[in-house]
Amino acid sequence: MHELGIASSVLREAQQEAQKHPRARLRMVKLRVGEMSGVNPEALHFCFEVLVRDSHLEPLQLEIESCARQQRCPACAHIFRVANYSLACPQCGEAKTEFVSGDELELVSLEMEDYEPGAA
Amino acid sequence: MSQVPLERKVLSENDRIAGQVRGRFAQDGVLCLNLISSPGSGKTTLLESTLEAFSANERVAVLTGDIQTENDAARLRRFGFPVRQITTGGTCHLDARMVERALAEWSPGAFDLLFIENVGNLVCPASYDLGEAAKIVVLSVTEGEDKPLKYPAIFLKSKLLVLSKTDLLPYVPFNIAAAEDNARRINPAIEIVKLSCLTGAGLDSWQQWIAERRRGLKARAELVT
Repeated sequence: MHELGIASSVLREAQQEAQKHPRARLRMVKLRVGEMSGVNPEALHFCFEVLVRDSHLEPLQLEIESCARQQRCPACAHIFRVANYSLACPQCGEAKTEFVSGDELELVSLEMEDYEPGAA
Repeated sequence: MSQVPLERKVLSENDRIAGQVRGRFAQDGVLCLNLISSPGSGKTTLLESTLEAFSANERVAVLTGDIQTENDAARLRRFGFPVRQITTGGTCHLDARMVERALAEWSPGAFDLLFIENVGNLVCPASYDLGEAAKIVVLSVTEGEDKPLKYPAIFLKSKLLVLSKTDLLPYVPFNIAAAEDNARRINPAIEIVKLSCLTGAGLDSWQQWIAERRRGLKARAELVT
């Protein structure tokens, strides 16, 4: 259960970036989380909400794009999503395929809203 | 509403520090191995057996992580090699900054083999790069053989799987072939060593695996200089 630490890293990075945009307010943080990342998106959502609630960041939202594991076949170059732990190429049957993606834990983007400091 | 693209890792700060630690290891010719398992799989016992077999002039050190207590460090200090305990005070994994801080207290060149014993946890340590040359996952035969499928991240990121406590195989319904098969379904390239610290069976393969890595490191260093 390290999602609380991950959520606070996300908020720290997002706030650092937001400081570069004084005339905008942070509205949404978009993440990419792979199924092999060891991070549970549901728990991450929960921790994010707990950190944001009753803080100056409210009502900041989190959006998570979940990514399946993908392998590449060295024989026929086919890239495929792994289902049922089967790493063999579904196109040509090659057993030894290469890991492509699925361990992402990435900040994709921020959504900012125009904001005039001092205005009511 | 405007979009600000970021496209960077959430743990980029940890990875940055881990990169510095890795750079320091490369400079000092240190092989760093990060041991990860559930609590009670036998990481500390494996390190005890490992340290016991080293001659006193070997330059080996251990960083051991736990949430509380100095117990593991006390167990490992008996062998006369430098050992430091990192108590995380609640955090379920070690991160690169903790390792960097602990290393700062050691003089450079004090060792050329460093074991990091991570906090007992099969989930969170998988996400944190500590600057190690390899993550090693330890799975004991008293656990389920489907653990690689339940905790795929750590099996994907580890170079070696140590199946420990094999002396208990006659007494537990653990299908060792299925465990190996499951680990390879997640990571076909993972190497596997089976051992028992109680009987000593398989410890030679483990020592050989480490020795090969040390030789590889030395050969690469000589190539550079």
